[in-house]
Amino acid sequence: MSARDQARSIVEPAPFSRRLAALVIVVYALVSSIPLAWIVATSFKTPNDAIAYPPKLVFTPSLEGYVNLFTARTRQTPEYLASLPPPETWYEELVRKRNMVITGPSRFAGRYANSLIIGFGSTFFAVLLGTFAAYAFSRFGIPLKEDLLFFILSTRMFPPIAVAIPIYLMYRQLGLTDTQLGMIILYTAVNLSLSVWLLKGFIDEIPKEYEEAAMVDGYSRLQAFRKVVLPQAATGIAATAIFCLIFAWNEYAFALLLTSGLAQTAPPFIPNIIGEGGLDWPAVAAGTTLFLLPVMIFTILLRKHLLRGITFGALRR
Amino acid sequence: MAELRFEAVAKRFGELTAVRELTLTLADGEFLVLLGPTGAGKTTTLRLAAGLERPDSGRVFIGGRDVTDWPPAARDVAFIFQTFSLYPHLDVRDNLAFPLRAPARRLGEAEIRRRVEAVAELLGIADKLANRATQLSGGEMQRVAIGRALVREPRLFLMDEPLSSLDAKLRETLRIELKRIQRDLGATILYVTHDQIEATTMADRIGVLEGGELLQLAPPREVYDRPAEVRVARRLGSPAINLLPAALVPELVSASGVARIGIRPEDITLGTGAFRARVRQIEPLGADTVVLLEFRDTGLHALTTGRDGLQTGQQLALDLARDRLLLFDERGRLLASTGTG
Repeated sequence: MSARDQARSIVEPAPFSRRLAALVIVVYALVSSIPLAWIVATSFKTPNDAIAYPPKLVFTPSLEGYVNLFTARTRQTPEYLASLPPPETWYEELVRKRNMVITGPSRFAGRYANSLIIGFGSTFFAVLLGTFAAYAFSRFGIPLKEDLLFFILSTRMFPPIAVAIPIYLMYRQLGLTDTQLGMIILYTAVNLSLSVWLLKGFIDEIPKEYEEAAMVDGYSRLQAFRKVVLPQAATGIAATAIFCLIFAWNEYAFALLLTSGLAQTAPPFIPNIIGEGGLDWPAVAAGTTLFLLPVMIFTILLRKHLLRGITFGALRR
Repeated sequence: MAELRFEAVAKRFGELTAVRELTLTLADGEFLVLLGPTGAGKTTTLRLAAGLERPDSGRVFIGGRDVTDWPPAARDVAFIFQTFSLYPHLDVRDNLAFPLRAPARRLGEAEIRRRVEAVAELLGIADKLANRATQLSGGEMQRVAIGRALVREPRLFLMDEPLSSLDAKLRETLRIELKRIQRDLGATILYVTHDQIEATTMADRIGVLEGGELLQLAPPREVYDRPAEVRVARRLGSPAINLLPAALVPELVSASGVARIGIRPEDITLGTGAFRARVRQIEPLGADTVVLLEFRDTGLHALTTGRDGLQTGQQLALDLARDRLLLFDERGRLLASTGTG
């Protein structure tokens, strides 16, 4: 082999390094998807299969977990069941086989709706307020700017749950416990520091000449903000929104402490779905599977905004 | 188009004085170039005219009206930035239409279309209207940026080194184009640059700024021939003017109080004359040749069109055009020019 054949770019990784990198990524992706695969598989098992040992990797899929998740049921005697008219739907049939009848919907749908309202509501406000605050910090000479930014960041220097008791007491006084509004305010407040800091970084990168040009061209500052800054900050706003949503959506401790009924979100509800003789694992897994979907869909929808680069190239430096 | 007037305008940024007591009138239809080194206050002067900065003191008038307290949008001026060129999220057509769609203007879409296409035609970018702003070459981008100013038909154009980031060839083309457009439209332009060629080729008048101070404001020829002070003399001319201490050439001092004598490289004649010098270095430029001479223990640049037989180390005779000398006093101000000016 001549020296020429061995010559290669020192910037481009060698083929072997590439393959090694790919292998590491594939292994990592597989390992991290094992718990997810387990949950999804469990959601399609029967209660007996779900707790079988050794675990069943091959099983007959069943929708019992999903039916149990959405319904409330009671056990009846075989004589009573025999006296009933034949089941009208597939899920009634499934429940009857377990000697039970459906007495009504479960509370899952309501909890899920709470999660959606509180998760997306707090994300909306955290991003909205964060964008304005970040713009102001980025563009205006605010007195004590550095100190204010540090103060905002410092709210993230302890775990939020450290202030659970004062917040609980305040919320009780204000009548905000177990309300959707209360949870939206709380998650907005927790997310705001993250959103201000992230968005300030993104807005700092948008040259102020864009707005100045717009203002000279006949736009007010607010109009320039809307027409010029917002479209270019879309990437940052999308990324920030995903982070805020993931926090609010997954938050467990405050939800457990501050909500019990009306405003309870899905995280404290799902692990406590009780079946006969303990936790109803397929139903818990079904709830978790459905719980994963919104964040996944949201992330996939905003995926293209996460790829940076729309502002590159049009600016002369 | 309208006249722009600064009356004793001053602007400080903290400790730094960007513009001090600037008084300046830009006549309707005039092309005025502010020339100066980095940090001279050129850009701040433009931003004060646009309303992007508020003066600490003094007033700004456009078309005879005091606009000092007006927001940028109300002033009806167009600004071409040095670093900014186009909105990356819009295509070329929308970039050109952006100023026309401003709430302050409210033009109909048909009128916007007409104006955008006329300007695109004028600048030779009509076939690029559907391109994204990011898919243009540097020259095309800058044309679109100039186009964004032209569609407005503003009262005043403010240009902050619009050609500085382009390559030499393109800069030359756009320079000529810009001057032609200015003449055709009778536009009033305040143009900022540190490039003396841009200044001398385009300007009706040049304002030389340094340290926030306007040193001289005059037509290019006059700034070159009769610089008000040493700093101005140094600013124009390539190679730069030769400045000799008066004591070195007592035979040239014709007045009292002369501290330094300025002589342009092209006013030195080689081969004949009463002075002697030694050739230290020769730099051929093509048509001209720059010769660095050793003259009475100091360096002297001469510009000559002759190409024949100069050699490094050679002794030769030279003459200084006595009618073209610039005499400066202690403080660097022009005492007299012996020439016709």
